[in-house]
Amino acid sequence: MDALMLDGNAVAGLLQEVFAVEMTTAMGTCKTCGATEAVGALHVFRGAGVVMRCPHCDTVLVVISKEDTRVWIGFVGVRTLQVDVR
Amino acid sequence: MTPLISRGFRGRRDEAPAGRVPPGQYITPDFPVLSAGPTPHTPLEQWDFSLVGEIDEPRRWTWEEFRALPSEEVTVDIHCVTRWSKLDTVWQGVSIDTLLDGVETDAESVVQFCDGGYTTNLPLEDVTGGKAWVAFAYDGGPLDPEHGGPARMLVPHLYFWKSAKWVRGLQLQRNDEPGFWELNGYHNYGDPWREQRYWGD
Repeated sequence: MDALMLDGNAVAGLLQEVFAVEMTTAMGTCKTCGATEAVGALHVFRGAGVVMRCPHCDTVLVVISKEDTRVWIGFVGVRTLQVDVR
Repeated sequence: MTPLISRGFRGRRDEAPAGRVPPGQYITPDFPVLSAGPTPHTPLEQWDFSLVGEIDEPRRWTWEEFRALPSEEVTVDIHCVTRWSKLDTVWQGVSIDTLLDGVETDAESVVQFCDGGYTTNLPLEDVTGGKAWVAFAYDGGPLDPEHGGPARMLVPHLYFWKSAKWVRGLQLQRNDEPGFWELNGYHNYGDPWREQRYWGD
Protein backbone atom coordinates (compact mmCIF):
# COMPACT_ATOMS: atom_id res chain seq x y z
CA MET A 1 0.00 0.00 0.00
CA ASP A 2 1.28 3.43 -0.88
CA ALA A 3 1.97 5.90 1.89
CA LEU A 4 0.26 8.50 -0.23
CA MET A 5 -3.00 6.64 -0.26
CA LEU A 6 -5.68 7.98 2.00
CA ASP A 7 -9.36 7.14 1.88
CA GLY A 8 -12.32 9.16 0.74
CA ASN A 9 -12.98 10.44 4.25
CA ALA A 10 -9.91 12.61 3.85
CA VAL A 11 -11.79 14.73 1.34
CA ALA A 12 -15.10 14.80 3.21
CA GLY A 13 -14.80 18.48 4.03
CA LEU A 14 -14.02 19.45 0.48
CA LEU A 15 -16.92 17.45 -0.93
CA GLN A 16 -19.37 18.82 1.62
CA GLU A 17 -18.30 22.34 0.63
CA VAL A 18 -19.38 21.66 -2.93
CA PHE A 19 -22.39 19.40 -2.54
CA ALA A 20 -23.84 20.74 0.71
CA VAL A 21 -24.66 17.20 1.83
CA GLU A 22 -22.54 14.48 3.38
CA MET A 23 -20.80 12.81 0.46
CA THR A 24 -18.69 10.10 2.07
CA THR A 25 -21.73 7.81 2.24
CA ALA A 26 -22.69 8.49 -1.39
CA MET A 27 -22.28 5.35 -3.48
CA GLY A 28 -20.31 5.46 -6.73
CA THR A 29 -20.35 2.80 -9.45
CA CYS A 30 -17.07 2.30 -11.29
CA LYS A 31 -17.43 2.57 -15.08
CA THR A 32 -14.61 0.11 -15.59
CA CYS A 33 -15.25 -2.81 -13.23
CA GLY A 34 -18.81 -2.11 -12.09
CA ALA A 35 -18.00 -2.19 -8.38
CA THR A 36 -20.13 0.08 -6.19
CA GLU A 37 -18.43 1.64 -3.18
CA ALA A 38 -19.02 4.43 -0.71
CA VAL A 39 -17.11 7.55 -1.66
CA GLY A 40 -15.50 7.34 1.78
CA ALA A 41 -13.96 3.99 0.79
CA LEU A 42 -12.28 5.20 -2.35
CA HIS A 43 -8.49 5.42 -2.47
CA VAL A 44 -7.37 9.04 -2.40
CA PHE A 45 -4.14 10.38 -3.83
CA ARG A 46 -2.91 13.94 -3.55
CA GLY A 47 -1.22 15.29 -6.63
CA ALA A 48 -1.71 18.82 -7.91
CA GLY A 49 -5.34 18.17 -6.97
CA VAL A 50 -7.09 15.16 -5.47
CA VAL A 51 -7.62 11.86 -7.27
CA MET A 52 -10.09 9.25 -6.06
CA ARG A 53 -9.61 5.73 -7.42
CA CYS A 54 -11.66 2.56 -7.39
CA PRO A 55 -10.33 0.35 -4.59
CA HIS A 56 -10.94 -2.73 -6.74
CA CYS A 57 -9.43 -1.84 -10.11
CA ASP A 58 -7.50 1.44 -9.47
CA THR A 59 -9.39 3.32 -12.20
CA VAL A 60 -9.62 7.06 -11.65
CA LEU A 61 -13.21 7.76 -10.60
CA VAL A 62 -13.16 11.39 -9.51
CA VAL A 63 -10.66 14.24 -9.88
CA ILE A 64 -11.07 17.32 -7.71
CA SER A 65 -9.08 20.52 -8.18
CA LYS A 66 -9.62 23.62 -6.10
CA GLU A 67 -8.57 27.23 -6.07
CA ASP A 68 -9.94 30.22 -4.15
CA THR A 69 -13.13 30.76 -6.08
CA ARG A 70 -13.52 27.61 -8.19
CA VAL A 71 -13.66 23.86 -7.71
CA TRP A 72 -13.43 21.45 -10.62
CA ILE A 73 -14.91 18.01 -10.22
CA GLY A 74 -14.37 15.45 -12.94
CA PHE A 75 -16.51 12.34 -12.49
CA VAL A 76 -14.26 10.73 -15.03
CA GLY A 77 -14.76 7.09 -14.11
CA VAL A 78 -18.10 7.08 -12.33
CA ARG A 79 -21.04 5.60 -14.13
CA THR A 80 -23.58 6.53 -11.48
CA LEU A 81 -23.48 8.37 -8.19
CA GLN A 82 -26.15 7.70 -5.57
CA VAL A 83 -26.49 10.50 -3.03
CA ASP A 84 -28.71 10.59 0.08
CA VAL A 85 -30.57 13.86 0.12
CA ARG A 86 -32.55 13.28 3.28
CA MET B 1 35.29 49.91 8.64
CA THR B 2 34.39 46.24 9.07
CA PRO B 3 30.74 45.47 8.38
CA LEU B 4 28.60 44.67 11.41
CA ILE B 5 27.26 41.61 9.64
CA SER B 6 29.79 39.14 8.29
CA ARG B 7 29.71 38.09 4.68
CA GLY B 8 28.70 34.63 5.84
CA PHE B 9 25.34 35.82 7.15
CA ARG B 10 22.54 34.36 5.08
CA GLY B 11 19.52 35.42 7.06
CA ARG B 12 16.71 32.94 7.70
CA ARG B 13 17.40 29.57 6.14
CA ASP B 14 14.27 29.78 4.02
CA GLU B 15 14.82 33.28 2.66
CA ALA B 16 15.18 33.07 -1.05
CA PRO B 17 17.62 34.94 -3.26
CA ALA B 18 15.92 37.70 -5.19
CA GLY B 19 14.35 36.71 -8.48
CA ARG B 20 14.43 32.96 -7.79
CA VAL B 21 10.93 32.52 -6.32
CA PRO B 22 7.90 32.83 -8.59
CA PRO B 23 4.81 34.67 -7.30
CA GLY B 24 2.86 32.84 -4.62
CA GLN B 25 5.57 30.27 -3.94
CA TYR B 26 7.52 29.45 -0.76
CA ILE B 27 10.87 27.71 -0.47
CA THR B 28 11.00 24.28 1.13
CA PRO B 29 14.02 22.25 2.23
CA ASP B 30 11.90 19.10 1.87
CA PHE B 31 10.95 17.28 -1.29
CA PRO B 32 7.19 16.69 -0.99
CA VAL B 33 5.82 13.63 -2.72
CA LEU B 34 2.61 14.15 -4.65
CA SER B 35 0.99 11.74 -7.04
CA ALA B 36 -2.18 11.05 -8.98
CA GLY B 37 -1.90 7.37 -8.22
CA PRO B 38 0.06 4.47 -6.72
CA THR B 39 3.81 4.27 -7.32
CA PRO B 40 4.56 2.00 -10.29
CA HIS B 41 7.45 -0.45 -10.00
CA THR B 42 8.50 -1.34 -13.51
CA PRO B 43 11.51 -3.67 -13.57
CA LEU B 44 14.37 -2.24 -15.61
CA GLU B 45 14.32 -5.28 -17.91
CA GLN B 46 10.79 -4.28 -18.92
CA TRP B 47 11.40 -0.52 -19.06
CA ASP B 48 11.73 1.34 -22.32
CA PHE B 49 11.41 4.91 -23.53
CA SER B 50 9.69 5.63 -26.84
CA LEU B 51 9.15 8.47 -29.24
CA VAL B 52 5.91 7.87 -31.11
CA GLY B 53 3.28 9.67 -33.12
CA GLU B 54 4.09 12.35 -35.70
CA ILE B 55 7.61 11.14 -36.39
CA ASP B 56 9.51 9.84 -39.43
CA GLU B 57 10.43 6.66 -37.61
CA PRO B 58 9.40 5.78 -34.04
CA ARG B 59 12.31 5.34 -31.70
CA ARG B 60 12.72 3.15 -28.65
CA TRP B 61 15.49 2.72 -26.08
CA THR B 62 15.84 -0.07 -23.55
CA TRP B 63 17.24 0.88 -20.15
CA GLU B 64 20.75 -0.15 -21.26
CA GLU B 65 20.47 1.81 -24.47
CA PHE B 66 19.05 4.83 -22.63
CA ARG B 67 21.85 4.81 -20.05
CA ALA B 68 24.45 4.56 -22.81
CA LEU B 69 23.29 7.91 -24.23
CA PRO B 70 25.22 11.04 -23.27
CA SER B 71 23.79 12.52 -20.10
CA GLU B 72 24.47 15.64 -18.10
CA GLU B 73 24.21 16.93 -14.58
CA VAL B 74 21.90 19.90 -14.23
CA THR B 75 21.12 22.10 -11.24
CA VAL B 76 17.71 23.70 -11.45
CA ASP B 77 14.97 25.24 -9.36
CA ILE B 78 11.63 23.44 -9.36
CA HIS B 79 8.20 24.92 -8.70
CA CYS B 80 5.12 22.94 -7.75
CA VAL B 81 1.65 24.35 -8.40
CA THR B 82 0.81 23.47 -4.77
CA ARG B 83 3.09 26.45 -3.97
CA TRP B 84 6.37 24.92 -2.84
CA SER B 85 9.60 25.66 -4.65
CA LYS B 86 12.91 23.92 -4.20
CA LEU B 87 16.09 25.65 -5.28
CA ASP B 88 19.28 24.18 -6.65
CA THR B 89 18.06 20.63 -7.15
CA VAL B 90 20.67 18.45 -8.80
CA TRP B 91 19.73 15.89 -11.43
CA GLN B 92 21.40 13.65 -13.96
CA GLY B 93 19.54 13.13 -17.19
CA VAL B 94 19.47 12.77 -20.94
CA SER B 95 18.52 15.92 -22.78
CA ILE B 96 15.41 15.69 -24.94
CA ASP B 97 17.56 17.31 -27.65
CA THR B 98 19.72 14.15 -27.56
CA LEU B 99 16.66 11.91 -27.90
CA LEU B 100 15.26 14.02 -30.75
CA ASP B 101 18.56 14.28 -32.58
CA GLY B 102 17.96 13.49 -36.25
CA VAL B 103 14.19 13.17 -35.80
CA GLU B 104 12.01 14.61 -38.54
CA THR B 105 8.62 15.78 -37.43
CA ASP B 106 5.81 18.22 -38.21
CA ALA B 107 4.69 17.99 -34.60
CA GLU B 108 4.17 21.14 -32.60
CA SER B 109 3.00 19.44 -29.46
CA VAL B 110 4.08 16.64 -27.16
CA VAL B 111 2.26 14.40 -24.70
CA GLN B 112 4.34 12.74 -21.99
CA PHE B 113 2.95 9.27 -21.21
CA CYS B 114 3.79 7.19 -18.17
CA ASP B 115 3.43 3.99 -16.22
CA GLY B 116 0.14 4.33 -14.33
CA GLY B 117 -1.50 6.29 -17.14
CA TYR B 118 -0.60 9.87 -16.24
CA THR B 119 -0.21 12.29 -19.12
CA THR B 120 0.74 15.93 -19.51
CA ASN B 121 1.01 18.06 -22.64
CA LEU B 122 3.29 20.85 -23.72
CA PRO B 123 4.56 22.54 -26.89
CA LEU B 124 7.46 20.74 -28.60
CA GLU B 125 9.49 23.92 -28.35
CA ASP B 126 9.23 23.72 -24.54
CA VAL B 127 11.17 20.44 -24.43
CA THR B 128 13.87 21.41 -26.92
CA GLY B 129 16.76 23.84 -26.88
CA GLY B 130 18.17 22.66 -23.58
CA LYS B 131 14.94 23.03 -21.61
CA ALA B 132 14.06 19.42 -20.74
CA TRP B 133 15.58 16.09 -19.75
CA VAL B 134 14.66 12.54 -18.94
CA ALA B 135 16.22 12.37 -15.48
CA PHE B 136 17.36 9.11 -13.88
CA ALA B 137 19.30 10.41 -10.89
CA TYR B 138 18.60 12.99 -8.23
CA ASP B 139 20.93 14.44 -5.62
CA GLY B 140 23.77 12.08 -6.50
CA GLY B 141 21.83 8.79 -6.45
CA PRO B 142 19.34 6.79 -8.51
CA LEU B 143 15.94 8.42 -8.67
CA ASP B 144 13.62 7.01 -5.96
CA PRO B 145 10.42 5.39 -7.18
CA GLU B 146 8.34 7.82 -5.13
CA HIS B 147 10.02 10.70 -6.95
CA GLY B 148 9.45 9.13 -10.34
CA GLY B 149 12.19 6.53 -10.68
CA PRO B 150 13.54 4.84 -12.70
CA ALA B 151 13.13 7.95 -14.87
CA ARG B 152 11.01 11.06 -14.99
CA MET B 153 10.75 14.16 -17.10
CA LEU B 154 12.45 17.32 -15.91
CA VAL B 155 11.06 20.55 -17.38
CA PRO B 156 11.96 23.14 -14.76
CA HIS B 157 10.68 26.27 -16.51
CA LEU B 158 7.07 25.10 -16.04
CA TYR B 159 5.14 23.98 -12.94
CA PHE B 160 6.33 20.57 -11.94
CA TRP B 161 3.15 18.71 -12.93
CA LYS B 162 4.53 19.21 -16.45
CA SER B 163 7.51 17.00 -15.47
CA ALA B 164 5.87 13.59 -15.50
CA LYS B 165 7.03 10.91 -13.10
CA TRP B 166 7.51 7.35 -14.37
CA VAL B 167 7.69 8.65 -17.93
CA ARG B 168 7.82 6.01 -20.67
CA GLY B 169 7.82 8.21 -23.73
CA LEU B 170 6.75 11.22 -25.72
CA GLN B 171 3.95 11.25 -28.24
CA LEU B 172 4.63 13.90 -30.87
CA GLN B 173 1.46 15.47 -32.26
CA ARG B 174 0.33 18.27 -34.55
CA ASN B 175 -2.59 19.06 -32.28
CA ASP B 176 -2.44 19.99 -28.63
CA GLU B 177 -4.12 17.43 -26.38
CA PRO B 178 -4.65 18.37 -22.71
CA GLY B 179 -3.29 15.85 -20.24
CA PHE B 180 -4.53 14.61 -16.88
CA TRP B 181 -4.46 17.80 -14.81
CA GLU B 182 -5.06 20.09 -17.80
CA LEU B 183 -8.44 18.40 -18.29
CA ASN B 184 -9.32 18.96 -14.66
CA GLY B 185 -8.83 22.66 -14.01
CA TYR B 186 -5.10 23.17 -14.36
CA HIS B 187 -3.65 25.63 -16.84
CA ASN B 188 -2.81 24.30 -20.28
CA TYR B 189 0.69 25.85 -20.28
CA GLY B 190 1.70 26.35 -16.62
CA ASP B 191 4.31 29.15 -16.47
CA PRO B 192 5.11 29.76 -12.77
CA TRP B 193 6.42 33.27 -13.53
CA ARG B 194 3.00 34.29 -14.86
CA GLU B 195 1.33 32.23 -12.12
CA GLN B 196 -0.58 30.10 -14.62
CA ARG B 197 -1.99 27.57 -12.19
CA TYR B 198 -5.60 27.08 -13.32
CA TRP B 199 -7.87 27.56 -16.32
CA GLY B 200 -8.18 31.17 -17.29
CA ASP B 201 -5.19 32.39 -15.28
